[in-house]
Amino acid sequence: MSVRLRVNPIACEGHGLCAELFPEWVRLDDWGFPIIKPESVPHDLREHAERAVDACPTLALLLAKEHR
Amino acid sequence: MSANDSRWPGQPDGPNVTHILRPRDAALPGAAETELPRLLAGVHRGGQAASLQAHLNQHGRVTDGRVRQSERSALIELVEQSGLLGRGGGAFPTGRKLRAVAERRRQPVVVANGSEGEPASNKDKLLLTSAPHLVIDGAVLAAAAVGASEAIICVGRDAGGAQAAVTRALDERRRQRIDRIELRLAAVPPRYVAGEESALVNWLNGGPAKPTLVPPRPFERGVSGRPTLVQNVETLAQLALIARRGADWFRAIGTTEQPGSALVTLSGAVARPGVYEIAIGTPLQDLIVVAGGATSQLEAFLVGGYFGTWLPARTALALPLADSALRTADCSLGAGIVMALPADRCGLVETARIVRYLADENAGQCGPCINGLAAIANALNQIVRGNHDQTLEQRLLRWANEITGRGACHHPDGAARLVKSALRTFADELQRHEREGPCRTSKRNVPAPRLLPTPEQSWR
Repeated sequence: MSVRLRVNPIACEGHGLCAELFPEWVRLDDWGFPIIKPESVPHDLREHAERAVDACPTLALLLAKEHR
Repeated sequence: MSANDSRWPGQPDGPNVTHILRPRDAALPGAAETELPRLLAGVHRGGQAASLQAHLNQHGRVTDGRVRQSERSALIELVEQSGLLGRGGGAFPTGRKLRAVAERRRQPVVVANGSEGEPASNKDKLLLTSAPHLVIDGAVLAAAAVGASEAIICVGRDAGGAQAAVTRALDERRRQRIDRIELRLAAVPPRYVAGEESALVNWLNGGPAKPTLVPPRPFERGVSGRPTLVQNVETLAQLALIARRGADWFRAIGTTEQPGSALVTLSGAVARPGVYEIAIGTPLQDLIVVAGGATSQLEAFLVGGYFGTWLPARTALALPLADSALRTADCSLGAGIVMALPADRCGLVETARIVRYLADENAGQCGPCINGLAAIANALNQIVRGNHDQTLEQRLLRWANEITGRGACHHPDGAARLVKSALRTFADELQRHEREGPCRTSKRNVPAPRLLPTPEQSWR
């Protein structure tokens, strides 16, 4: 099953931990808010993704199961 | 020009300015099926709202026995056959939305969305003010189709005429006991994003009129947690006519992909700005002719409103007003908004004004929208003042691309589309500003940022 990394933009406050913990998938815009790759996260990077999700201070980051 | 900087000059005057456009190449000239107006039949310039009796004389009762008996599936099938698409800007198939709501387990609610927060649009106010019973008929029929026992007619709080007309119409219907469902009016906060369906539902549930994260979408969990059918008021009025006259009648005009007529709000440099009912697919130049022609040389058109696309005048005039044709120009009809920009005004200044308005109207929820729109508005200001270079332009384009798709709603996406189309369509103007500094218009008229934050109260 493939998963995608998503952010709830209303909950996100731009702490930026996600970009620090998972730079392969997340970069920050000019104001510190995450820009996330839309592709599904490859298996070998799943652990990094999960670490970023767990570290988000506002619980704004999540791994969404792909329906397709 | 209006004193209100956030408004477009040439804003259509009062909601009763109505003109009718007949299709030039209707399949059957003179046949009842292709006749226009449909929605605006019996509506006159400066006219009053149609009384219930006048409404019934004009449109007849909904007498189709099939609709009454098997209220649910027959009507949904009829709407599906008609090919009606939502008229609030999203162009989503109405039949599919009805079916999705009808198939939910809990009893649904119907919301007629007439909030029309878009400053360049006037068609929903016109419809509510002059033909409130047609909209209410549509809401009642939609409620029957999905099995709802309640419909809420939402009207902008600043649209006093529309509210008065709907209030009177609801009173008339109550006195004559013609509806079997509960109907009420709700006056929506006058904010740009308040009419976005999740924002509207959030407000009806007692929250601020700000978008929420979807899913769950309103059709899944909406008003009071119940499945909620949110439909634009013009969509419901079209549905009320389809229930009376059938799917074939509806499809006799318009395009295969987008059948029927549509209301268009035309503003800017034309002799008679106002709301027109057109057959979808009518070339823009025909609409301009019916509106008395351009009042000066035209530079460009903004099609689709503040979330829309700038098109050079020559390209735009030849285009049929239908998504199949507009799509080729990265454009869509949206909620039927067309603004004609005269050659003596600067398209970049107008874009800067609109983006400042959109930045001020952001809901203050999502970082990319709050920061991105403010930065883009400031950059546009720099550009129209002539204080810019290539790097600012590149940054502007990068910001527009980066904010797209990163809000809870499509507010940033719409603003980004507008800005990108302005950079394309006014490329010469952009170079001139860079070379020669501010133009005549921008010296006179640069939009200033709002000094005070928006009161939180205005969202309730």
